Amino acid sequence: MRDCFIARLSQMAEKDPRIMLITGDLGFCVLDDYRERFPNQFINAGVAEQNMAGLATGLALEGYIVYIYSIANFVFMRCLEQIRNDASYHNCNVNVVCIGGGFSYGALGISHHATEDLAIMRSLPGLTVVSPCDHWEATEATEAIANTPGVSYLRLDKSTAGTAIKSDDDFQIGKARVVREGSDLTLAATGGILAEALSAAEELAQQGIQARVLSVHTLKPLDVDAFAAAATETGGIITVEEHTVHGGLGGAVAEALLERGETPQFFHRIGLRHGFSSVVGSQDYLRTQYDMDCQAITAKAMQLLKSNLLDLKLHAQVAA
Amino acid sequence: MDTKELARRLRIHVLNMTSRGGSSHVGSAFSMADIIAVLYGSVLNVDPANPSCPKRDRFILSKGHAGAMVYAALAETGFFPVEKLETHYQDGSDLSGHVSHKGIPGVELSTGSLGHGLPVGTGMAMAAKLRGDTHRVVVLMGDGECDEGSNWEAILFAAHHQLDNLVVIVDYNKIQSLASTAETLALEPFTDKWQSFGWNVVEAQGHDHDSLLESLSPSAAQPNQPTCVIAHTIKGRGVSFMENSVLWHYRTARGEEFAAALEELEGAA
Repeated sequence: MRDCFIARLSQMAEKDPRIMLITGDLGFCVLDDYRERFPNQFINAGVAEQNMAGLATGLALEGYIVYIYSIANFVFMRCLEQIRNDASYHNCNVNVVCIGGGFSYGALGISHHATEDLAIMRSLPGLTVVSPCDHWEATEATEAIANTPGVSYLRLDKSTAGTAIKSDDDFQIGKARVVREGSDLTLAATGGILAEALSAAEELAQQGIQARVLSVHTLKPLDVDAFAAAATETGGIITVEEHTVHGGLGGAVAEALLERGETPQFFHRIGLRHGFSSVVGSQDYLRTQYDMDCQAITAKAMQLLKSNLLDLKLHAQVAA
Repeated sequence: MDTKELARRLRIHVLNMTSRGGSSHVGSAFSMADIIAVLYGSVLNVDPANPSCPKRDRFILSKGHAGAMVYAALAETGFFPVEKLETHYQDGSDLSGHVSHKGIPGVELSTGSLGHGLPVGTGMAMAAKLRGDTHRVVVLMGDGECDEGSNWEAILFAAHHQLDNLVVIVDYNKIQSLASTAETLALEPFTDKWQSFGWNVVEAQGHDHDSLLESLSPSAAQPNQPTCVIAHTIKGRGVSFMENSVLWHYRTARGEEFAAALEELEGAA
């Protein structure tokens, strides 16, 4: 996703001198070509994220379209107040690019686990929060956020789901993609972990269960219509995110549906429930460790479908 | 413009504003009244008829808690009616206790949390350099504010990128929120710190308008170096019983104190 980002940003920088990329001294090898081609549209702010976010605001107030770039939490958490008070309150076109969402850097330890970012960024007024699932979404999101007013947060994952892109696929901020059709239940995922949801849908299909799979690349604004449809057209909703269950995708969906009065027959959030992960490992290992992989999603779906079926039978008996 | 008369009027406005609203930081505002008067009365190239002119100088008040003084200066120089100052700190007002840009022409940046103004000003100065623009970016900071690490990130950056269009003024009254700067987090040797970071440092007497004008003149600048004007000031300057007192960082003048303060300011030359 990182390479897709810089490839599209290079195309944009070539056409538009307002594009400015600021890195917090990260991007070894990845940013070299961009830096050489666009020396006046590149700044290495050094290991100084608060200043980086302030610089971005100053440049954006002067008309630049700014991307700030660093690993995981460094790019937004260290400088959260600058993003809130400076960039967002002043409605600046500052795009905050997190390299390594979730457990992308799982083996590096908790300092590099970006597992609360979606909740934090979603809570800030005026922010757009984008978490692509694959290379196509990452590429399209890179440009779409430049055309979105105010601050955007772009969470780039090391893993990628590799969805099939249809010829009429159109990436729109705030519009979820149906990447697999189905009506028995909905698996709604954000980020590269969508791959696990797609695998789970495949396993469920072998048991005759058709899962709809939604790629929720934009958490804010949330595509509430897509979830209202999932609630009424499918048996229930399971959200999947490589993130704490508090305030991320699952939280956003629950809030929106309850408020709209469109409650699904069942609802469950797949995500982190165990606090910090002092255990390290690859992204795949940690997904398994914390019940977020294909097997865990499949098992939870089966359990909820069975329980829901029992409920429906009981209701039918009572009604009779 | 008579900047001394402007400073006197600004102090009276701020006394009225903070007393009417019951807000704090009158001492912090009085400390920088002369700096603000010299900036708006003489130094800054800003135009109330065209507040977003691209060629204007950019001014950021980073010690946003003293924002009443900037509002007063903007009103006195025609950015908005002086009567609007009466709404400061009142219910429903957009003149907040810490300076805000929303709906207020002439304010470049809303501040209030310390350590934000210089990084943003550095970005503005960088933008001007990249585009070959010749305007200056002036950031006014508090001395207590220099405790914030974000400033030192920007101080490194501005020197590294040779931003000689960037001017910082430190309102060095040597008193912060709870005690003196020396007792809290010692800044000295302060000049040496800025110099060792690669800045051109000019010391000024912060209530002497000639000294301020000289320190802010183009001749005080150095090519390829940002400039820091360390303005030696007195917290609460202008009202005898407020001067050099931690108390007036927070206290609001009411009743007899208000009358006595007003009398001093109105009688000032």
